[in-house]
Amino acid sequence: MATLELDLAEEAVSAPAKGRRLGMLFWAATGWIIFVFSVAIFATMLPIPDPNAMDMLEKRAPFSAAHWLGTDGLGRDEFSRLIYGARISLVVGLCAPMIGLTIGGALGLLSGYFRGRAGSFVVGAMDVLLAFPPLILVLAVIAFVGQSILNLTLILGVLGIPAFMRVARATTLTLSRREFVIAAEALGASHARILLRELLPNVILPLFAFFLLGVAVTIVVEGSLSFLGLGVPPPVSSWGSMIGEGRESLDVAPRLAFMPATAMFLTVLSFNLVGDTLRALTDPRQGAL
Amino acid sequence: MAFFLARRLLYLVPVLIAVSLLTFSISSLLPGDLAMTILADQATPENLAALRADMGLDQPIWKRYFIWLGHMLQGDFGRSFRTGQTVLQALVERLPVSIELMLLAQLGALSIGVPLAIICAVRSGGPFDRFMTGTAFAMLSVPTFLSAILLIYLFAVELRWLPATGYVPFAEDPLGNLRFMVLPAMTLALAEWPGIMRILRSDMIATLQEDYISLAKAKGLKPARILFVHALKPSSLTLVTITGINIGRLIGGALIVETIFALPGIGRLLVGAILTRDLVILQGVVLLVAAGFVIVNFIVDMLYAVLDPRIRHGHA
Amino acid sequence: MTEPALLSVENVSVNLPTPRGNLRAVDQVDLSVGAGRTLGIVGESGCGKTMLSRAILQLLPKKAMLSGRVMFDGEDLVRLDRERLRKLRGRSLAVVFQDPMTSLNPVLTIGTQLIETLQEHLELDGVAAKMRSIELLAAVGIPAPEQRLMQYPHQLSGGMRQRVAIAIALSCEPKLLIADEPTTALDVTIQAQILDLLAREQRRRHMAMIIITHDLGVVAGRTDEVAVMYAGRVVERAPTPDLFKRMRMPYTEALLAAIPKIDAKPHTPLPAISGRPPDPTRPLKGCSFSPRCKYAWAQCQIEKPPLADADSPGHQYACFRPLNTEAGASA
Repeated sequence: MATLELDLAEEAVSAPAKGRRLGMLFWAATGWIIFVFSVAIFATMLPIPDPNAMDMLEKRAPFSAAHWLGTDGLGRDEFSRLIYGARISLVVGLCAPMIGLTIGGALGLLSGYFRGRAGSFVVGAMDVLLAFPPLILVLAVIAFVGQSILNLTLILGVLGIPAFMRVARATTLTLSRREFVIAAEALGASHARILLRELLPNVILPLFAFFLLGVAVTIVVEGSLSFLGLGVPPPVSSWGSMIGEGRESLDVAPRLAFMPATAMFLTVLSFNLVGDTLRALTDPRQGAL
Repeated sequence: MAFFLARRLLYLVPVLIAVSLLTFSISSLLPGDLAMTILADQATPENLAALRADMGLDQPIWKRYFIWLGHMLQGDFGRSFRTGQTVLQALVERLPVSIELMLLAQLGALSIGVPLAIICAVRSGGPFDRFMTGTAFAMLSVPTFLSAILLIYLFAVELRWLPATGYVPFAEDPLGNLRFMVLPAMTLALAEWPGIMRILRSDMIATLQEDYISLAKAKGLKPARILFVHALKPSSLTLVTITGINIGRLIGGALIVETIFALPGIGRLLVGAILTRDLVILQGVVLLVAAGFVIVNFIVDMLYAVLDPRIRHGHA
Repeated sequence: MTEPALLSVENVSVNLPTPRGNLRAVDQVDLSVGAGRTLGIVGESGCGKTMLSRAILQLLPKKAMLSGRVMFDGEDLVRLDRERLRKLRGRSLAVVFQDPMTSLNPVLTIGTQLIETLQEHLELDGVAAKMRSIELLAAVGIPAPEQRLMQYPHQLSGGMRQRVAIAIALSCEPKLLIADEPTTALDVTIQAQILDLLAREQRRRHMAMIIITHDLGVVAGRTDEVAVMYAGRVVERAPTPDLFKRMRMPYTEALLAAIPKIDAKPHTPLPAISGRPPDPTRPLKGCSFSPRCKYAWAQCQIEKPPLADADSPGHQYACFRPLNTEAGASA
C-alpha cells in the first residue's frame, strides 16, 4: 500500500543522513579513546612527576610550567594524577566487561542455540542476579571481601554477565532461524562447528558493541565507588576519588573536581558513542547482516 | 486478571528465596570473619570461640541458613552490634527519607522527560528534536555524582540559593525539608530524564504514525486531545516499563546522592554500615532492599495489566 | 448534474520525495461528486488511490507536496486554516479506513471514541451523547449496544469493529463519507454486509460517498460513477452502467477479467494482469500501462494519451487504442 511505501522511504531517508552526522563524532570519540589509551599505557615513560609525590608548599597551585594542570590539596601533580587515574578507569573498565563478555557471551550462545531446560535454568538464574539493585550488591560484596582493584573488577565483571548473556542469547535466537544456520544443520554440521563457525562470528560483533557500552557503565560505577571512598584504596589515584577529593575544595579550587570530571565525562561519552554506533550497525534484527 | 495475578505471585516466591540465598551466601561464604570483625582488637582465641558459639557460627552452613531464614520470616532481622538498634528500627527511621527522595526525583525526571519527548516526537527530525536527542545522549554519559558536584557548585557554592548538605524531617519543617531535598532530587532527575525522553520519544513517533491517530485527526478532534489522549495513553505503558527498569538504577543513585548530600536515608545507612563494618545491619538492609525491589517490580507488572486492556482481558 | 458538485478535486497532484527520487503518487487528477451521489475509485495497490483520499482529507504525510485544489462545499480544503479544517473533519467530511484492527485506538473504549466526536462537533452533553452513541451502534447493526460502549476494540470481531468505525463516521451526519477499502481487511462473508450497510445508510442520510477499492465487483451495483486509476492518473471515468457496458480502457478490461466469476468452470485459471505497475519514481514517457497492455502499439510508448471524452455523455478515457472502437483493437 501507499502508506507502507512511504514508511520505508522515510526510514531510508533518515538512515544515511544519521550515519554521516554520527560519522564525525564517531571518529572524534575513537580518537579520544586512543589518546586516553596511549597516555595510560605509556604513563611511566612520560616526563611527568610522580602522581603520589606530595609538595606541601605547593598545595592547590595554579597552572604552571612545573605543574601543567596545577596541584591538588596535598600538593600532588594534577596532570600526572589524571593520567594515572585513566589507568585505573581503563583497567577496571576493560577487564570487568571482559569477564561478562566471555562468560555471559558463552552462556548466551549456548542457551540460545540449545533451547530447552538448561537454557531456561540459566535464564532464570540470571533473572535472580538481576533482581538485586546492582550497586547495592557491589557494595555488599566489597564490604565483605575488602577494597582492591582485583576484587572490584571481579564483582563488576560477574554483575555484567546477565546483560551480556541476554544480548548473546537474543542475537543467537534470531540468527539460528536464518538460512545459513539451517543450511549448515541440513548439511550435517556438528553442533560445535555450527556454534563456532556459523554463530560465533555473527554474535561477536553485536557483543563487541555491547562490550563498549559496558565499558562506559563500568567506568561510571568504578568512579562512583571510588568517589564514595569504597572503590580503589588510597593513595592510588582514580578519577572518581580525585573528584571526591576535589569536592572538599569546590569553593576555593573547583577545577580540582571539574578536571577529572571532564576527563571522565569525555571518556564515558566516547565509549557510549562508539558503542551505540556499532550497535546500530551490527544489530541483526534490523537486517544489517 | 486473577489468573495473571496468581501466576506472577507464584513466580515471586522462588525469586525471593533466591534473593535470600544470595544475601546469605554473600555474608557467609565470602572470606571475612564476623566474629573477628566484631571483636576486632579484643579478639583472643577463647573470645572468638565463645562468640562463634553464641552466634551459631559453629553450626553447618545449611543449618545456619535455615535458622537465619527463620528469624527473617519472623521479622527478626538482627540487631546492630555497634548501635544496638535493630535493623527494622533503623529501616523504619530512614525509609521515608529515601522514598521521598526517589519520588521527588522520579517526578522531576518525568516532568522534564515527558514534555520534551512529546515536543520532539511531534517535531521529529527538526532542529529542536535533533538538539534534544543529542543532549539526552550526552546526559546519559554524566554519572550521578558528577551532576551532584555540578549542582552543588552552581546552586550552593556560587549562587548560595540552596544548602549543599543537611536534612530536617518533613513533619518538623515542610519547607525546610523541601529546600534540603531540591538538590538531591534534581541530581537524580538529571540522571533519569534522558532515558525516559529517549524511549518515550521513539514510542510516540511510532504511535503518531498509527492509523488511529489519522482517524482521530479525521474526526476533527482538537490537537491537544489527539496528543494527550490518543497518543500518550498507549505510550503510558512504555512509561511504566521505563519506571520499572529504572528502579534499580534509582536505588543505586539514591545511595550515592544520599551520601553526597548527607541525607539520612537507606543509602547512607548502608554506606555507614560498610565503613564501620556493621555486618548485621548490612545483611538485613541488603535483604530488605532487594526484597523490596522485587516486590516493587511485581507491582509495576501489575500496573501494566491495569493500563493495557489487552493484558487485563488475557489476550497477551 | 447542473448544480455545483459537493466535492471537486481539481488538477490534484501529490509528490513524495524519496531517496530514489521524486515519487509522483497522484498525477493531475480531476474528479467530482455531487451531493448524495456515490463515486467509486478503482485501481491496483499502489496506484495512488489511498494517497488521493488522504489528499482530500488533508491527511498526507508531512513530506508530501500537494498541488491543485480540493473544493468541498465551496471551500478549498488545501488552503483552509487548521481550525476551520478541524471543524469540517468529522462533522461534514468523514472517513472509514481500510483496517478496523488499526484504525480504532486500542486503549480507549468504543464509547469514548464515539462520544468524543459527538461532543466535539455537536456540543451534546454527556447523557445525550451516550444516548446518541447507542442509537448509532444499533443503526449499524451492533447487538447490545449499551454494553459495547464500555468495551475495548480488541473485544470485538473485525466486522464489528468496522461497524463501529462506520458508526463513528456517521455520527455527525456528514455530507461526504470516504470509505477507503472498507472491506479489504475483512472476511469475505462480512464484506457484502458492510457494503450493504454503507449503501443503506448513505441512502437514508442522503450523503455523498466515495468508495475506494481494488475490486470492480464492489462498485458494480453500488455507485453512480466510477473512476479507474492507474499509476497516479485517472485513466477512465464513466457513469457506472456505461462503464460496464462500454469500457474503453484495456486496463479496465483487465481489472474486470481479474474478478473470479461465479459461473466459470472449475479450475479455470484467473487471467491475472501480467507484469507489475511501473516504478512511480521513474515515470514513463508514453502510456503508463503500455508495458503490460496487449494492445499497445508504437504511439503508446512515445506519447501519453490525454483523458478525452468518449461518445457517450460523462464518459472519459485516456487511451490511443480504446476497446470496441475503430481506432482500437476489437477484442
